[in-house]
Amino acid sequence: MKPLRQSLPLIFGLALLGLCPSSLAQSPLFAPIYEVLTHPRCLNCHTATDFPRQGDERRRHDQLVVRGDDNHGAPTLQCSACHQDRNVADDEVPGAPHWALAPLSMAWEGLSPQELCVALKDLDKNGNRDLNDLLHHMSEDALVLWGWSPGQNRSRPPYEHEEFVRLLSLWVNAGGPC
Amino acid sequence: MISLQVNGDEHTVDVPDTKPLLWVLREDLKLTGSKYGCGQALCGACTVHLDGQPTRACVVPVSAAAGHRIDTIEAVDQQRIGALVQQAWQALNVPQCGYCQSGQIMAATALLTSNPSPSDRDIDEAMSGNICRCGTYPRIRKAIHKIASEQL
Ligand code: FES
Ligand code: FES
Repeated sequence: MKPLRQSLPLIFGLALLGLCPSSLAQSPLFAPIYEVLTHPRCLNCHTATDFPRQGDERRRHDQLVVRGDDNHGAPTLQCSACHQDRNVADDEVPGAPHWALAPLSMAWEGLSPQELCVALKDLDKNGNRDLNDLLHHMSEDALVLWGWSPGQNRSRPPYEHEEFVRLLSLWVNAGGPC
Repeated sequence: MISLQVNGDEHTVDVPDTKPLLWVLREDLKLTGSKYGCGQALCGACTVHLDGQPTRACVVPVSAAAGHRIDTIEAVDQQRIGALVQQAWQALNVPQCGYCQSGQIMAATALLTSNPSPSDRDIDEAMSGNICRCGTYPRIRKAIHKIASEQL
């Protein structure tokens, strides 16, 4: 028999599999959704930090602007000091209606597909949106849609918006498997 | 025709909807106190107040400013705190070349109006979008603290 010390990792691994198999599962239906939601156009404002990010390299936002108590920036340096309801200055300054950081409960940075899927569906975290509300939000919200027409040479999420909505519908209709 | 309320006065201007507010102020209304630095919301030289909130006039389409109260550096002394800020700026010789200072004063006035005793961190967070190429930041901070501790 192997010494216990050598067997420990194996025992631990098996225990993990047995105790929480869902933590290792990942629905193929959610995989493309995850690719989109973790694209910089989405993730840069769904941060887990007290500031937004920018660019495909996801650097800290220039001017060191901050999240603020209401996710709209410092009390007198609000997102709207610069960001309008559309892109301006020849697209240099991006903008869309209600431009702001997503609340920290909707922070997606660093989450695995499984974790993000669970968080996305969590009514306590997602603004009390059921699956259909999520579909509606990601189909029609002007700020979400900006991600697909970000202007300039900003990269766009990996699927066209129409295709994304189709994929999202498949996931929603399947009951939102994670 | 677009109607604007600037420094308490009504103005009507005949300009394209998308013309940046800064250029309407400077060219059409001849209010040249708000400066052009970058035109891309990067420097803060053009800061005015829209309904009391510091806003980069270089990127606000004039149509978006219609229906809102616009206040510029030319009339900031009509606000009690704006006048205190200007006085402190003079007393402490805050400006160097002065180019950014119209924006700095607008930002500091809004900060002190919303927060009469700002910490260094509050100051950083409120003023970080107002860039000073002359590096007057320590004087700006000192002036804000002076007003907060002595006059508010
Ligand atoms: S000129 Fe408006 S921010 Fe620089
Ligand atoms: S005083 Fe010269 S740029 Fe600020």
